[in-house]
Amino acid sequence: MQQKVLTFLGRRRNWTIPYVLFLAFFVLVPMVLIVFYAFTNAEGAFTFANIQKFWIHPEAMNTFLYSVVVALITTFLCILIGYPAAYILSKMEARKAKLLVILFILPMWINFLIRTLATVALFDFFKIPLGKGALIFGMVYNFLPFMIYPIYNILQKTDQNLIEAAQDLGANPRQVFLKTVFPLSIPGITSGVIMVFMPVISTFAIAELLTINNIKLFGTTLQENIYNGTWNYGAALSLVMLLLIGITALLNGEGSSRAAEEGNLI
Amino acid sequence: MIKRILSTSYLGILLVMLYAPILIIIIFSFTEAKVLGNWTGFSLKLYTSIFQGGIHHSLTSALYNTLIIGLIAAAASTVLGTIAAIGIYNLTPKSQKVMQMVNTIPILNPDIITAISLFLLFVSLSISQGYTTVILAHITFCTPYVVLSVLPRLRRMNPNLYEAALDLGATPFLAVRRILLPELKPGMISGFILAFTLSIDDFVVTLFTIGNEGLETLSTYIYADARRGGLTPELRPLSAIIFISVLVLLLVINQRAAKKKL
Repeated sequence: MQQKVLTFLGRRRNWTIPYVLFLAFFVLVPMVLIVFYAFTNAEGAFTFANIQKFWIHPEAMNTFLYSVVVALITTFLCILIGYPAAYILSKMEARKAKLLVILFILPMWINFLIRTLATVALFDFFKIPLGKGALIFGMVYNFLPFMIYPIYNILQKTDQNLIEAAQDLGANPRQVFLKTVFPLSIPGITSGVIMVFMPVISTFAIAELLTINNIKLFGTTLQENIYNGTWNYGAALSLVMLLLIGITALLNGEGSSRAAEEGNLI
Repeated sequence: MIKRILSTSYLGILLVMLYAPILIIIIFSFTEAKVLGNWTGFSLKLYTSIFQGGIHHSLTSALYNTLIIGLIAAAASTVLGTIAAIGIYNLTPKSQKVMQMVNTIPILNPDIITAISLFLLFVSLSISQGYTTVILAHITFCTPYVVLSVLPRLRRMNPNLYEAALDLGATPFLAVRRILLPELKPGMISGFILAFTLSIDDFVVTLFTIGNEGLETLSTYIYADARRGGLTPELRPLSAIIFISVLVLLLVINQRAAKKKL
């Protein structure tokens, strides 16, 4: 008996089993529960009412669409601001660049609620009104490092021979960038988009703080429903989010797992 | 030359913007004013009052809870994640791919989805929420990162070493302890640090799994504070201390790594 247990443990592939069980119980079952709650009413009977409510109820739908727009703008600005930064960093001497990358990531270590409250204080100090502009600024501020890091990572790994080849073949610096460097860095941008877009839609608390409770994003709607005990409707809204994640993950294919690996930055 | 000045100043401006709010927190940690942004003269009172019990007891206990939860969750996910990584490495390439995909699900899920799904799990099983549920939830979102930091170490190591140890008569457990673990240690350490920082920084998952028995971590405490409209003044020096220690720690690690390379 003991011998059997030992041989079983000796096969190292069996060491995956505890984690598989753990994932099944704490990741898979909970996600199935979201689907279950989304399609049942408070008594546990099957219903489409929760999903219908999302389509009919303009408030949740509007918040959702608004959040998608905010997330799109934030993602776009992060690329616009982050790409040049990542490019400059990738051109620097490795040691110096590494130090600067750390400096870009470091603010993440301060609790984001405190950072957001400090941003509010900063706006107050410069007499900048809180509202939509402040919201976008706060979002870009919070998520910019998540864009810079993956782009920097991929630019830094770009094969220098390809760039030299382009130069040898007579491309001017602009062409080298547009035809060689930029296309090669697109996977980095994809990773960045995954790490910025979805989290922005689902943040809550940041929007309220930066707009004095005037604007709320989808994350807040989810949280309110769970807090007010309307779990089934909350689950239906979560399902909408889950589908959106599924679609982005599918669209990005390989990019998603790369993004996950680069989540290592924090 | 001009190009260099331009690019350096671009990075400079970005960093100034990024650090402005943090600078505000640090500057205003040296004054007693209740509201962030009011300067009522230089004072170290906030720094001394964090370390006194009494009035700010709830803040210190929130800090204590945060650290305990972070340490337990990080330790547990390091053990679970390392064992899992060794297992995954020894699977067939096809199952390896599947496992790696499943492993990224918790990472790709926005924290609110993780939070709500775990909330529904605990509620459906009528498990009362508190310390245990928060720790379990944190292990859930930390372990995938540990797996991701240990796996590359396994891939880089010589697979024959382990077999050689077995051939020379070592039991599998001795071989794991003497051959595998020393090789995996750097990955395990960075996984542990990552898990710990993820745990102490988490807010959403904690909020949904902490229950309503009055248990608070730093982030739920700050959230409750922010909703009431103000920030407990002592949070300023506390954030300043955390920030400076992390900064120093990272610079030291970076310097040491640079020296090693030379």
